[in-house]
Amino acid sequence: MDDSTHGQPADPLLVPGTPMMGVGGGQIPGSFASTGRGPRLLGGGGRGATAISTVSTLVVLGALVAIFLLAPGSAEVRHTFFDPRDMWQSFIGNPKKGYYSVGAAIWLNIRMFLVAEVLILVLALVLALIRQSVSPVLFPLRVLGVIYVDIFRGIPLLLVILAIGFGVPALGLPFVSHQALAVYGVVALVLSYSAYVSEVYRAGLNSVHQSQVAAARSLGLSQWSALRYVILPQAVRNIIPPLLNDFISLQKDTALVGVLGAIEANNAAQIYGSTVFNYSSFTVAAILFLILTIPLARFTDHLISRDRRRRLAGALS
Amino acid sequence: MTGPGPGRDSGAPVLGADAVRIEGLRKSFGPNLVLKGIDLSLASHEVICLIGASGSGKSTLLRCVNRLEPIDAGRIILWGQDVTAAGIDQNLVRRQVGIVFQSFNLFPHMTVLRNVTLAPVKALGMPRTEAEDEARALLGRFGLLDRESDYPDRLSGGQQQRVAIVRALAMKPQLMLLDEVTSALDPELVAEVLDVIRELAASGMTMLIATHEMGFAREIASRVCFLEEGLIIEDAPPAELFTDPKDERTQRFLRRIVDAGRL
Repeated sequence: MDDSTHGQPADPLLVPGTPMMGVGGGQIPGSFASTGRGPRLLGGGGRGATAISTVSTLVVLGALVAIFLLAPGSAEVRHTFFDPRDMWQSFIGNPKKGYYSVGAAIWLNIRMFLVAEVLILVLALVLALIRQSVSPVLFPLRVLGVIYVDIFRGIPLLLVILAIGFGVPALGLPFVSHQALAVYGVVALVLSYSAYVSEVYRAGLNSVHQSQVAAARSLGLSQWSALRYVILPQAVRNIIPPLLNDFISLQKDTALVGVLGAIEANNAAQIYGSTVFNYSSFTVAAILFLILTIPLARFTDHLISRDRRRRLAGALS
Repeated sequence: MTGPGPGRDSGAPVLGADAVRIEGLRKSFGPNLVLKGIDLSLASHEVICLIGASGSGKSTLLRCVNRLEPIDAGRIILWGQDVTAAGIDQNLVRRQVGIVFQSFNLFPHMTVLRNVTLAPVKALGMPRTEAEDEARALLGRFGLLDRESDYPDRLSGGQQQRVAIVRALAMKPQLMLLDEVTSALDPELVAEVLDVIRELAASGMTMLIATHEMGFAREIASRVCFLEEGLIIEDAPPAELFTDPKDERTQRFLRRIVDAGRL
């Protein structure tokens, strides 16, 4: 994944340990050489390959930009979505003119994300442990766990947000019905994402071999201690990339809470658009979301490639 | 309950008394009857080797003694206490009974030292520094002191298995169960593990050992039990069982072993 930013094709072939390694980009023995494609595929890091990938990237990007600029409605789109003045105006906001700062509103997305993330990690773990339990006493809980995951994975997140955000205040309960819109948004995000993340946890728990449980229990560790010190640390290590992947998507989905009226980045951009009739504010929101998600995406890729190296090293030893 | 053994408090197990008595032990996995009524007793400081083909029930028997497998019928009595009775805390039983597995089963995410100290700290509530001191003493005794900060995947199979033995010993068990501990090792690494077991036997550890190493069983065991299809067919001192087996099934098994050049 990491390498794909260099625009090289066939990255999976470049993993260390394949028989082609160590030939140093020279002649490849066997049938690969006869195709004449082997050396080029293997040219990772070579000057020729870098040049080729640079050129091909520039050509593709150039073509896309040309299509954009030459399109019949190009000037209009550029004015509506990429006007620097409007971008700046929507970024800083102006309450007197009736629109909010998209740059300030993104903080609400960040806060919702951070709170939801922690709650999801906890609730999803509880759900996963319930579903993984074997005790007959917990059977009713297990059934509830299955129903929960089925329901919240099955309903579109947007509908969950609307149901919680409009339904709970309408109930007229003390305290519960008088929370900020963002709170309902966070609740909906947590309910929905926990269902997904619990499945990720479950995959992680299943990836730890039963013999580890036996080893821990055989030493006299309680079931809880075995889980806490032996099983969970290994399970979580195995699922960090898919977990982070879900969190990248959670970062973006905080934008959906805007439908309730909470002033988060997407909603602020929308308000700017309908006030000023210029949608460059959406571009600003998009850029802000990219600034949030790209570092996490790079970090995830880094962990995946580190994990791949470690597995390969383990397989060789 | 404070633990099944008088040995824990007095420091020396009662000599002569049965450390382990297994009576009519039956165990099945689904329709598959694996143990069909095992009777076996073991005195303190005694070393008994279980031999038999794969699938004869040796491993299951050991796992039942450690209560890793629930049993269907019968009793397991450790130092006079029926640990299969209702209301017995299995965690307390397991702290007295160490088991070492064929596949080591070290915790891959912990260093050697953490592997060894985890159970004393988390199960016995021992202060970490004390647990580490004791762990280092044990690691030193088995030539592993320089590996204490290594993760298991940096160790050879023989080293991993020695760490697994040390990990079990750190709980100061009264009884050690060894489940084919050399079967997963490269041949040149078997000796170092067998040396550890020899030392344990010399130190008076009560052990129940499932093994395919016939020469080793002959050397170390006070008695050897031959299992076939979930039953103890023959139970005799090694000199007798290996040279003059009474049962025809034992003879057949040993003949196969000899033919395979392993005795």
